[in-house]
Amino acid sequence: MPEQLLFATEVILNGLMAGVLYALVALGFVLIFKASGVFNYAQGVMALFAAMTLVGIQTGQVPFAHLINTILGTEIHHFGWHVPALLSILLTLGVMILFAILVERVLLKHLVNQEPIILFMATIGLAYFMEGFGDLMWGSDIKKLDVGLPQGISETIDTTTYEWFGYGFFIDRLDIAATIVAVILVISLTLFSQYTKTGRALRAVADDHQAALSVGISLRRIWVIVWSIAGFVALVAGIMWGAKSGVQFSLSLIALKALPVLMLGGFTSIPGAIVGGLIIGVGEKLFEFAIGPMVGGATENWFAYVLALIFLVFRPQGLFGEKIIERV
Amino acid sequence: MFYREAGDFKTSYAADQQTFPIAFDRYRYWAVLAIAIGVVPFFINDYWANAVLLPFLIYAIAAIGLNILTGYCGQVSLGTGGFMAVGAYASYKLMTAFPDLNFVLVVLLSGGVTAAVGMIFGLPSLRIKGFYLAVATLAAQFFLVWLFNKVPWFYNYSASGQINAPERTIFGHAVTGAAASPTAKYLFCLFFVILLAVVARNLTRGRIGRSWMSIRDMDIAAEIIGVNPLRTKLSAFAISSFFVGVAGALFFSVYLGAVEVTEAFGIQKSFLVLFMIIIGGLGSIFGSFAGAAFMVLLPVLLKNVMVGSLGWPTDIAAHFEFIIVGALIMFFLIVEPHGLAQLWRILKEKLRLWPFPH
Repeated sequence: MPEQLLFATEVILNGLMAGVLYALVALGFVLIFKASGVFNYAQGVMALFAAMTLVGIQTGQVPFAHLINTILGTEIHHFGWHVPALLSILLTLGVMILFAILVERVLLKHLVNQEPIILFMATIGLAYFMEGFGDLMWGSDIKKLDVGLPQGISETIDTTTYEWFGYGFFIDRLDIAATIVAVILVISLTLFSQYTKTGRALRAVADDHQAALSVGISLRRIWVIVWSIAGFVALVAGIMWGAKSGVQFSLSLIALKALPVLMLGGFTSIPGAIVGGLIIGVGEKLFEFAIGPMVGGATENWFAYVLALIFLVFRPQGLFGEKIIERV
Repeated sequence: MFYREAGDFKTSYAADQQTFPIAFDRYRYWAVLAIAIGVVPFFINDYWANAVLLPFLIYAIAAIGLNILTGYCGQVSLGTGGFMAVGAYASYKLMTAFPDLNFVLVVLLSGGVTAAVGMIFGLPSLRIKGFYLAVATLAAQFFLVWLFNKVPWFYNYSASGQINAPERTIFGHAVTGAAASPTAKYLFCLFFVILLAVVARNLTRGRIGRSWMSIRDMDIAAEIIGVNPLRTKLSAFAISSFFVGVAGALFFSVYLGAVEVTEAFGIQKSFLVLFMIIIGGLGSIFGSFAGAAFMVLLPVLLKNVMVGSLGWPTDIAAHFEFIIVGALIMFFLIVEPHGLAQLWRILKEKLRLWPFPH
C-alpha cells in the first residue's frame, strides 16, 4: 500500500477512537434531553467534577482543604489512605447520584414548564457553579488519574500491522479500552431502556411528559434517575478523558466538542450520538491531516461545527433526529 | 401619586407616541442623562472608568445587540464573542489602513463590517431553529476566533499576534491609546451608548421590531400573515451584529487598547453577554442595561469583599466568584425568569397605584 494511504488509514482509525470519546459525552446530553427536554450544558463540567472526585477519593484528599487551611490556619491536605480503584469509582457514583438528587430538588423542580432557553441558561449557571465548587473542593491543579486502565502504544497492533504493511500503526491502548467500554455502555443502556420497568418509564417520559404523568409515572423520580445515569456516563467519560490528558479544567471543554456531535446525530437519538461522534472524530482528524497544514493547523477547534452547520442546512433535525413537524 | 398617566394631556400625535408616555419616566430619563453627561465626568478616575464604567457601557451595547437578536427576534446566538472580535479587528484594520479616517466613522464602519459577517452566519437560521441554531452559532464563534488567530493579515503580521490600538483623537482629545484620559474614553463610549440605545428603542417599537417579535412568537404564523422570514431574520442578525461589532470595536480600541483574540473574545464572552440579557430580561432595552450593570458590578464587588475585606487568597476568591455567579444565575432564573426588567415592570405597576391598595 502507498504510504499516504497508510497514514490516512491510521488517521482514520485514531479518528474513530477519538469519535468514541466524543460520543461518550454526547450520550449524556442525549439521555437528559430526551427525558426532560433540558439541554444540559453542564454535562462537560459533570465529567470534570466526577473525574476530580474520583481522584480525590482515590488519593484520600481532604475536600475543601485549601479553604479550611486558609480560614483555620491549619496544614491539612491528605487523609493518608489510598482507596482501591473500584471502591472509589463506586463512591464517586454515589456522589453523582447525590448530585442528581440535589439538582432535581433545588433546580429542576422549580423550573417545570419554563421555556427551553431558560432551562438551558440554568444549566450554564449550574456549570459555572460546579466548576467553582469542584475547584474549591479538590483544588485546581492538574491531577493524574490512574484506575489501572492500559496506557501507551498497543504493541500487538503495531507489530501485526508492521508485518502486514511494513508500517506499524500507532494506536493508544487507552483508546481501545475506551471503545470497548463505550460499546458495553451503549449496549447495557439500550438493554436497560428496552427490558426494565424503569427503562420503559424513561422512554414513556421521553415520548410525552403529560401522557406519562397521566399513567402514574413520577416525573421527578424519572428525572433523578436520568440525571444519575447522565452522571454515570459523565463519570465514564471523565475517567477516559482524565486518563488520557489529566484531570484539569480543559476537561470541561469536551462539552463543546460534543455539541456538534449532537447536531449531526440529532438531539434525541442515542445511535445518532454514536454515529455523529464517529463522523466528527474521523472528519476532523482527516481534515487536520489533509488541509490543516495548508491553513496553519488547529482546525480541530471549528471544523466539527462548520461540518455540522453545513450538514444541518440540508437536514435540520440531524441524522437520526425526529422529524420536526410544526403547526400553527 | 406622582407616577401616573392621569393629568398628562397629549396634544399631538408625536407626544402620544413618545418613548416614555409617563411624565415621571421622562424626567427620570433626562435626569439620568444629565448625571451621566454632566456630573460623572467630573468625578471619574482611572479605577472607576476601567473597572466599572467603561465595561458597563460597552457591554450594554453588546447586550442590546444580542437582545435584539435573541430577545426580540427569538434567535439564540452563542457567537457574540466572535462577532465582537470581528468588530475589534475591523476597527484595527481600518485604523491602520486609513490613519486619517475619523475615529467615529471607524467605529461605525466596524459595526457595518460585523453586520455583513453576521448576515452570512445568520443565513442558516432560515433552516435551523432552536438549540440547533444556538449550537450552529458556535461555529461562528470558533471559526472567527481561529481565523483571527491564524491569518497574519488580520493582525498586520505582528510578532506577538496581538493587536494594539494606535492613538486617535476626537476634537483634539485622545480617546484611544495610552494618552487617553478616562473622561474622554467615558464620554466617547457614552455617546455611542446613548445613540445606539435610542436607535434600538425606536427600532424595536416600529414596524421592523414588530416583525421581529412576530417571528419570535411563532414564525410559521408570522410567515402566513405576510412577514417575510428571510428579510426579518437577516435584518435582526445584521442589526444585532452591528451593535455587537461597535461594542467589540470600543472594547478593543478604547477599553483594552491591546487584545489577544482567544483571551478577549473567547466563548466565555458569548456566555457573559447571554447571561446579561437573561438576568436583565429578554426583549427589553432597560434589561440590557440592568443585566450589563449586574454582571460587571458583581465580580468587582465580590473581589473587593473577599480579597479586600476578608483577605482571602485570589484563587479561592476566583473559585467563589464562579460559585456565586453560577448560583445567582440559577436563583434568578428560578425566582424571576423574565429578569430584572420584569421586577422593574412590577415595581412600576405598584407605583402607579401607590399609595392606594387598588
